[in-house]
Amino acid sequence: MKKIIKYVVSDILRNKIIIAYTAFLLLISFGLFIIEDVPEKSLMSMLTMNLTLIPLVSIMFSTIYIYNSGEFIELLAAQPVKRKTLWFSIFISLALAMSISFLIGFGIPVLLFSANTVGITMIITGVMLSVIFVSISLFAAVHIKDKTKGIGVALLMWLFFTVIFDGLVLFLLFQFLEYPLENLIVVLSMLNPVDLVRIVSLMQMDISALMGATTAVFKNTFTGGVGSVLTFVVLLIWLVVPLYFSIRKFDLKDL
Amino acid sequence: MIRFSNVSKKFDKYEVLRGIDLELKEGRIIGLLGPNASGKTTLIKTLLGMVVPTSGDIFFMDKSIRHDWEYRNHIGYMPQIGKYPENMTMGQIFEMIEDLRKKDKELDRDLYNSYNLGTLLQKRMGTLSGGTRQKVSAHLAFLFDPKVLVLDEPTAGLDPLSALTLKEKIVKEREKGKLILISSHILSELDDIVDQIIYLEEGKIVVNQPIEQLKEETQKSKLSEAIATLMSRSN
Repeated sequence: MKKIIKYVVSDILRNKIIIAYTAFLLLISFGLFIIEDVPEKSLMSMLTMNLTLIPLVSIMFSTIYIYNSGEFIELLAAQPVKRKTLWFSIFISLALAMSISFLIGFGIPVLLFSANTVGITMIITGVMLSVIFVSISLFAAVHIKDKTKGIGVALLMWLFFTVIFDGLVLFLLFQFLEYPLENLIVVLSMLNPVDLVRIVSLMQMDISALMGATTAVFKNTFTGGVGSVLTFVVLLIWLVVPLYFSIRKFDLKDL
Repeated sequence: MIRFSNVSKKFDKYEVLRGIDLELKEGRIIGLLGPNASGKTTLIKTLLGMVVPTSGDIFFMDKSIRHDWEYRNHIGYMPQIGKYPENMTMGQIFEMIEDLRKKDKELDRDLYNSYNLGTLLQKRMGTLSGGTRQKVSAHLAFLFDPKVLVLDEPTAGLDPLSALTLKEKIVKEREKGKLILISSHILSELDDIVDQIIYLEEGKIVVNQPIEQLKEETQKSKLSEAIATLMSRSN
């Protein structure tokens, strides 16, 4: 497995996009820290980036990589290599590439300018988000044979998690304005990794004190020792479930 | 050595293989013939585990290949169209495959030498011609001295001289007691080397006979004529 990871990673690194992505993250992060005098303000802007750009790049890059590596995957599948090992290695390699890019482009500036709880939380959750969206993209790519359709579905999934889902939650909130919905919202936020990361990051920031009653419920649920473990477990489920089903599918897929 | 037991494969509603029963023994060159879209490549791909049969099972040395992958150590496969990552160089491809497969035996570099692939190692696979890619595939199939060779349309795209080199190599490997399965729709190129013919039509085996018996039955001395006679008879 190590050997396959080695070859897939070197194949990914031959792709200039991943290097451009790292450089772009570095530029934006340093830029935001230098423009604002208060690091927390920069972190707020970077959170928005974390919640939109990171999932987008992660899911699109992985999906396109899988479709473009059809030949590479076919070549390896004809060798004495276990199918499951092959697919898992591809996941590990993509996850490694995306995480390392993020850690360099986002992690280094944050550690330099704002190495506190907020910063660390954002680094950890950012890595988790990168990996989760790799896992989701593998799930989509293994089920859809057509490249254009697969990329379209990946884009839709990104749109769903970053925009559509929130719209649905807001709609629900306004429909049932008279009812106490705090607990329902907590459950709903677990159904979307992007929302979960947004809430957990905001809870670490001072501005959360200015928010309403639901925030108090969020604070009880997602902060502190138990809350952190809960967040981590939910994100882990988001990582493992799509990956597990994509491996199962790939094992019996006709190449 | 290899046994197909009632293997069927459906792609959506289209039945590509229908109940294939087959036994392949070592020390022979077996020609897998049939018109286009008769299921030759699918049959080969099921043997390699790249296509999973809808029903039935395949046994390699009496072991089912379902969920197994180690048996592929004993198979050298030359695909019909060699697809390789375009941005890797030929040298990188060789290095990677050699690294991935266990090398307990000495590597067989006969084709590498006779095709002079050493001079092209720095070239990216995307820039190579179809024929050169076929040479790469051929070299990789023979490289690990496997017990079974599966060659899907091996001479298509090769110039006559290179095709002859490959043919000589195939005959040489038979003498070592290997099982060689060659698929082709061009009959004449196989005439003088195959020992047994399997003729597929619409996913079914129509003929499975040693070549002498086939020629005797049809009273023809040439394989292509014998097959043509058989085909017209079945119509």
